[in-house]
Amino acid sequence: MSGTLAAAASTTSTGEALQFWVLGTVAVIGALCTILMHKAVHSALCLAGTMIVLAVFYLANGAYFLGVVQIVVYTGAIMMLFLFVVMLVGVTAADSLKETLKGQRWLAALCGLGFGILLCAGIGNASLTTWNGLGQANAGGNVEGLAALIFTKYVFAFEITGALLITAAVGAMVLTHRERTERARTQREQSEARVRTGRNVPPLPAPGVYARHNAVDIPGLLPDGTPSELTVNATLRGRGQIRDVSTDALAELAALEQRSQRWLGRKARDTGKKAEDTAEPEHGENGENGENGQNGENTAGANSRGAAK
Amino acid sequence: MNPVNYLYLAALLFTIGAAGVVIRRNAIVLFMCVELMLNACNLAFVTFSRLHGNLDGQIIAFFTMVVAAAEVVVGLAIIVSVFRSRHSASVDDASLMKL
Repeated sequence: MSGTLAAAASTTSTGEALQFWVLGTVAVIGALCTILMHKAVHSALCLAGTMIVLAVFYLANGAYFLGVVQIVVYTGAIMMLFLFVVMLVGVTAADSLKETLKGQRWLAALCGLGFGILLCAGIGNASLTTWNGLGQANAGGNVEGLAALIFTKYVFAFEITGALLITAAVGAMVLTHRERTERARTQREQSEARVRTGRNVPPLPAPGVYARHNAVDIPGLLPDGTPSELTVNATLRGRGQIRDVSTDALAELAALEQRSQRWLGRKARDTGKKAEDTAEPEHGENGENGENGQNGENTAGANSRGAAK
Repeated sequence: MNPVNYLYLAALLFTIGAAGVVIRRNAIVLFMCVELMLNACNLAFVTFSRLHGNLDGQIIAFFTMVVAAAEVVVGLAIIVSVFRSRHSASVDDASLMKL
């Protein structure tokens, strides 16, 4: 930052160089993660990190107003708008990894590499060994200097910016507004329609039956143990975000038995017998493992969980 | 260190953003890559402002931010309306003009 005070300097302070190399690495990693992350939410968070680093660079370059605006507008407003839309569109709307054009990714990466080399070569060929810092321009304050320019030299661009912002706001409203084509049905009409069709007359059953799993995305179980999709919210059903945990307890019990068998140094029983044991866990197990307290306790716990199910 | 290094960083970020636009197919991620390119341009403008010793570059960067904000609002509105009619945010699915 001391470089901004020098009149015609040729090198910045060591602190700024260190800051550049550390934060520049972070910025590039964030940018790469933005394009490589599978989910849009992760991309948005990585991009927010890159933007914060860029805000620090603006501050280091003497653009104090822009540095603050970058944090407030970009990471504060624009990235939150992005996250909002990601949540609206669906967090799980991940990219399909199938290539529609053959070899498109490699060609694109190659083109990007060539483009980057071209840009860097252009910068390298320019003679930029000395520079005038912003010391004189920022002498009366950065915000005051910007304001003087905006309201004199760039006043027409500033006015047109206002028109652009209004157009954008109106455009967003026109694009996302949906005219309601039919009247919304009242609660009475809905209940009468339910009775008339005769399906699901009482309220829909609640999701989740285990004490450990009562989340809204876990379906309740029917008397025969199969999950009922009717208990899950229609939105989650439409997105296919239903978690089925009906087989978890049995799998846990099988894993526990296998572990205890290994611990006792016994040979694992064949799968047919194990399936029979998990189906009827009350019989036999306690007596068989009675000589070992801990194992018996574990099996008893597993048994009681099986019985509770 | 010479401030020209900021220009190299801006070129690198712009390249990454451009490659992302070509590689990715999720419309939202595509849009984030465009934002990354705009930010890289802003960094270049701010650096040039420092190299030249006047504030015009910062003014241009400021206007770029305003335009980017307006662009994001309209673009995300388009994405939301396309998602409503097509239930997908992939740019491959919006191919009504294809035979």
